[in-house]
Amino acid sequence: MTRTPAIEVVGLTKSFGDHQVLGGVDLRVPSGTIFALLGSNGAGKTTVVRILSTLLRADGGTAAVNGYDVATQPAKVRSSISLTGQFAAVDEVLTGRENLVLVAQLRHLTGPGGIADDLMERFELTDAGGRKVATYSGGMRRRLDIAMSLIGDPPVLFLDEPTTGLDPQSRLEVWATVQELAGEGTTVLLTTQYLDEAEQLAERIAILHEGRIIAEGTLAELKALFPPAKVEYVEKQPTLEEIFLSVVGHNGSDKVGTRR
Amino acid sequence: MTTDVFAETVVLSKRSLRHVLRSPDTIVTTALTPIAMLLLFVYVLGGAIHVGGGKYVDYLLPGVLLITIASGIAYTALRLFTDVSGGIFERFQSMPIARSAILWGHVATSVVANLVSVAVVVAVAVAMGFRSGAGVLAWLAVAGILVLVTLALTWLAVIPGLAAKSADGVSGFSYPLVFLPFISSAFVPTGGMPGPVRWFARHQPVTSIVDTIRNLLAAHPVGHDGWIAVAWCVGLLAVAYVLAMRTYRRKLA
Repeated sequence: MTRTPAIEVVGLTKSFGDHQVLGGVDLRVPSGTIFALLGSNGAGKTTVVRILSTLLRADGGTAAVNGYDVATQPAKVRSSISLTGQFAAVDEVLTGRENLVLVAQLRHLTGPGGIADDLMERFELTDAGGRKVATYSGGMRRRLDIAMSLIGDPPVLFLDEPTTGLDPQSRLEVWATVQELAGEGTTVLLTTQYLDEAEQLAERIAILHEGRIIAEGTLAELKALFPPAKVEYVEKQPTLEEIFLSVVGHNGSDKVGTRR
Repeated sequence: MTTDVFAETVVLSKRSLRHVLRSPDTIVTTALTPIAMLLLFVYVLGGAIHVGGGKYVDYLLPGVLLITIASGIAYTALRLFTDVSGGIFERFQSMPIARSAILWGHVATSVVANLVSVAVVVAVAVAMGFRSGAGVLAWLAVAGILVLVTLALTWLAVIPGLAAKSADGVSGFSYPLVFLPFISSAFVPTGGMPGPVRWFARHQPVTSIVDTIRNLLAAHPVGHDGWIAVAWCVGLLAVAYVLAMRTYRRKLA
């Protein structure tokens, strides 16, 4: 692997009318890492992702993905990425399999049917493959969405709020999927408003607030920014999420590791 | 590169043709409504309409074909709007495919779907007694004009498809287009209309297009109408294409 960062953003600015959304964002995502862009609604996360995936032009600053400038080499950037947007980017009228075949054909790959079958097996969609996506649950839709994004093995993957609006079970399914990608050398830039999601999935985390990155580092580095931990004895109550998952009989801890 | 654009357009057209085939609503509105109109006008109202010689169904068919296309392109706009408002449009745009192919896929689907609807309506008209003495060349000219009309209206439909804020707004734009043939020579000759209405009817594009198709099908000389019809279509196509592409680029501001 080369040490060129997968994503390098310097001084990125963007305004919509009078409203400044990005006020000079700097970001450096090393190759092969899962990087979380953490921020509340309206912090500018989606705007960053849209600029990086060539859907939106920046007002100022530079952004490069896989070594290609998004403004001057957009076609090369698009060959290097896949975008899984905030709303599942799937075709509801087509079946799951047809969706996968469609993307494989658009990427001019040979054997699109075989590619689709492999991905359906990997994402546990084989049984649902012949059904219209309109009948899928939120979690299945997201899994299909991510599967579509993996076709053609793009080195950089953008996941824009992949679990927003999902129920807890679907959320765990998506987490498991993302964690699998980590071992495969794909660079993942993930945006989220959920702190636990960033903590679970990302090796490095950047906090985007009011259009600027106000903190960046590994979880351990971010923790070091705070006063040293105090030892307190607290009775451990199960969270409502843990109760919910155990009542409905879903053992999430198998897939996502032990939660504190 | 050019072959890529073509291949991508074909793949995307097949996708949206599946949307057409899997939507009963689209098929009912775009084929059955014009057929119902044909039945209504020929068998209910037609007896009271005098078009001066010839069968009424022969007179009526060209106008109904235009209404078929006008209601068909409303669905083109709706399919595009659905793509834009969901996430799939952005997925396509962030993929290494020609961005023009994304629009051309919808346009090609529109042309194919509308020509199929038109063929179905013509077949029903034949069953109702429509006959044409037109030769192969005249039929080709009719097909050419209908394709031009479809292309022009489709590019017009792309604008609300890309820019609309709600699905209602998308379908709303086509009502005037469906209504326009009623104030033309499509259903009754313009001669019996009062002054200002007659002036409008004679100078709006539907009349010259309908008259041209009618004369071609009846194997009559077309005269200047043919050129006026083609000029309207090409002019509308050019303006709609430019505005649609501008709307498309603006989405990437």
